[in-house]
Amino acid sequence: MRRGVAAAGPHGLCAARVAPEVTLPQGGTGSARNSRPWVVVAALGLCAAPLRAQPASSPPPGPASDLQAVDTPNDAGRSIRIAWKLSPDDLPGAEAIRAYYLERSESPSGPWTVVDSASAGATQKDDASVRRGRDYFYRVVAAGPGGSAASGAVGPAAARAEWFNTTRQSVLAFLVAFFLFVLYFIMSAQAGKQLFVRRIPGIDAIEEAIGRATEMGRPVLYIPGIQDIDDIQTIAGLVILESVARLTARYETPVLVPVTYPIPFAVAEEMVKAGYLHAGRPEQYDPTSVRFVSPEQFAYVAAVTGIMTRDRPAAHIFLGSFYAESLLLAETGFATGAIQVAGTANVHQLPFFVVACDYTLIGEELYAASAYLSREPKLLGSLKGADLMKVAVIAVVLAGCLLESLGRHGLKLWMQTQ
Amino acid sequence: MKREVPLLVTAVIGIFMILSFFVPHQAVSVPADFLLQCAVIVVAFGYVLGGANALRINIDLISKKAPNWQYKVVLLIGLLTMVVVGAVEGRAFQTPGTRFTWLYNQLYVPMQSTMFALLAFFIASAAFRAFRIRTAEAGFLAVAALLVMIGRVPIGNWATGWVQQLPPWLHWVQLPNVEEWIMNVPQNAAKRAILMGAALGVMATGLRVILGIERSYLSGEE
Amino acid sequence: MAGAGRFEGFDRRWLFLVVWILVMVPLVRPLMLPLVVTPPAQAYHDAIEAIPDGSNVLLSADYDPGALPELVPMTKTTLRRLFSKRCKVVVTCLWNGGPGVVDQAVRSVAEGEFHLTDGEDFAHLGYKAGNESVMVLMGQGFANAFPNDYRGRPTAAMPIMQRVRDYGSIAMLVSISAGYPGTKEWVQQVQARFHVRMVSGCTAVSAPEYYPYLRSGQLLGLLGGMAGAAEYERVTGLTGPATRGMDAQSLAHVFVAVCIIAGNVLQWTRRRAAAGGARGQP
Repeated sequence: MRRGVAAAGPHGLCAARVAPEVTLPQGGTGSARNSRPWVVVAALGLCAAPLRAQPASSPPPGPASDLQAVDTPNDAGRSIRIAWKLSPDDLPGAEAIRAYYLERSESPSGPWTVVDSASAGATQKDDASVRRGRDYFYRVVAAGPGGSAASGAVGPAAARAEWFNTTRQSVLAFLVAFFLFVLYFIMSAQAGKQLFVRRIPGIDAIEEAIGRATEMGRPVLYIPGIQDIDDIQTIAGLVILESVARLTARYETPVLVPVTYPIPFAVAEEMVKAGYLHAGRPEQYDPTSVRFVSPEQFAYVAAVTGIMTRDRPAAHIFLGSFYAESLLLAETGFATGAIQVAGTANVHQLPFFVVACDYTLIGEELYAASAYLSREPKLLGSLKGADLMKVAVIAVVLAGCLLESLGRHGLKLWMQTQ
Repeated sequence: MKREVPLLVTAVIGIFMILSFFVPHQAVSVPADFLLQCAVIVVAFGYVLGGANALRINIDLISKKAPNWQYKVVLLIGLLTMVVVGAVEGRAFQTPGTRFTWLYNQLYVPMQSTMFALLAFFIASAAFRAFRIRTAEAGFLAVAALLVMIGRVPIGNWATGWVQQLPPWLHWVQLPNVEEWIMNVPQNAAKRAILMGAALGVMATGLRVILGIERSYLSGEE
Repeated sequence: MAGAGRFEGFDRRWLFLVVWILVMVPLVRPLMLPLVVTPPAQAYHDAIEAIPDGSNVLLSADYDPGALPELVPMTKTTLRRLFSKRCKVVVTCLWNGGPGVVDQAVRSVAEGEFHLTDGEDFAHLGYKAGNESVMVLMGQGFANAFPNDYRGRPTAAMPIMQRVRDYGSIAMLVSISAGYPGTKEWVQQVQARFHVRMVSGCTAVSAPEYYPYLRSGQLLGLLGGMAGAAEYERVTGLTGPATRGMDAQSLAHVFVAVCIIAGNVLQWTRRRAAAGGARGQP
């Protein structure tokens, strides 16, 4: 290997131009130790063509300059950010540079190991293979068809863990405001202040639907969505199930609850039991009313449409997270002549429910249902807190539009997170 | 105690996970990653619970010869066949040529596709039966729906191809352009509004669960 | 409410029959209707073409056989373009019913058409339970979240995984999704946090949900359903199953539009007849 001196680096080291017939640096540490250098380069490189010696038709490119290595901000100390100025030969369309190879060492004099690469035109790369707190030195090798050139080394730099991600200040501010709004309204509700909640016809219709099933002597079918418990819509659907079970217990009408996932299944069993208990009729609880069916979307649809056509429930209540099955369920339900109430926050499924069901809860109405049904002050407080937060969001959206129109980007930048 | 302990666990873990969103330090991020891994494992064990329930209820209904018990037999055969074949094939049960893969390709894939394909038929019947224009708003909705439906497919482009003969400033009336405008402007605005409202609803419900305000999902027993 | 299968004195199975005919006939005898490429599909193509040749790409194919006709064509076309650009592609699937279909699609292109080596040029890591948790875990390393690939081989030892470590080492994230978990979750959990360049292909029904992300620039391009897949085939100069299916979809859309109009006309005439009858009463 032959290297020619090009420029002095910050530690008295030299940037190097590598003659066309040579390959990239000697192996160093870690996984690269036993590999031939060009294999390492090829394995890590963004270029598919390995950086081997090329016929000497063009001179080696100029090196990258002004190298900087700093701890990547706002992370857990898992990476170091290396930035550089492009090689003077890295011009659009020139193709004198194929890639920049990032080399690392624990000493300013080497040995150097290729740790990552960036495509031509890139001026920054994070080295995510560092150990937290350890000092490293870096250099960048500009490589092209004519050979390669190493920049001067820079360092030492060490990765450190931060205690606060400063780019998330805006989220924290909104979260704190939201907490304060909710706590304020909860306290005022508990102090006896009457909180107005508008009428939601879809929720009022649930009792009507159960009453009708009772008149017809047929069961009520309740679907708490098709998602697992990690979807908050499923929790909302299961919370309403308790109120529905209470009503069915009072009316002595059976309720059928087919469930997709095992954990919502266990929760649904508890909810139905609780409903019967709170209605004062625990003995009427049927352990087969809640059924685990299948997490498979269409297997579940097949099972539920089977229940609809065979057991012919007179009321269908769909409250939770729904996808492509929404219309399959609602149309089959319509064909059986059942009264249908649906609610979901999955916006793209709302049109199907609106068309095929008698009543539909739209978006956040689903989350408001438990507060609406129970009228418990704490729950109503959280509902009002969310309303006030919505006003705050609208105000920020309007302010953002105005500032952006005036060419002021401060608010937008503050809202950007990483 | 039966309710207080789960409420405490929920509150502590919930607040800790919110904290992990703001604190990248390893003192928080490492336990948070561990909790995420735990969640995956707990969910996996939940399937045992679900499988046991499916077996218990269906065997019970078959033994009682409940109405339509034959369907339960089909369900149990399907359930047990896939589990047994997958277990017998061992670790490489998903490689091509195994019996499990055959069952997947020959039974599971066509049945899934068939169920999804039913949507085409159901959409037609729902459109005929339920899409009623009773008010001016419903009229606007219907017109927008028709423009988007036809504009999305080649026939919309074909039917309004003559627009290209008009002056360029009138090209926007070609159906694909109208459809794109509806999707980008009014549709997008309404969707964002509903999404923001729903996101606040999610936050409110999450907060209620974490703070123990919403506790009915835990159990009815005190 | 009417009885099963009937409404307003009309047996809906007639509608089903017409839909079936309108879908089947163009599949057998294509009408070759002209296809126009919409801006979201063009943007999807441009975003993929803009990544440097030989880059690392993560393709998350989050669907199952139900979405096969809509999403497999766009998965294959995307893979063809990526492999033509000599990209190294890591494929994941967060739907438990999907890895079989995804594996066939990936292998048919990678091994069948491009004769690439599994583990070196591409890797299919298969399914992992956990939805968003998996996306977050992948931020700590793909091999960390997927210790074994779809066929049970250790991923850490694969040559491709030496260069594709985490989100920092990919030039683009391609999310092809049929619902949850899918594009929305990838945007919220990964794009927003790691600022990865991202494009999405999705089922037609979920496309409207992703337009806000397209407008905000979080998604650089979007293919919506079979129409999006056909447009992408057109813009890449390939004719695939999506293009062939577009005639069928065209006629089906027209029929649904006719159903809406016919249903309203029918109701309007009945209402007029009823009003006329009422006026005629003494």
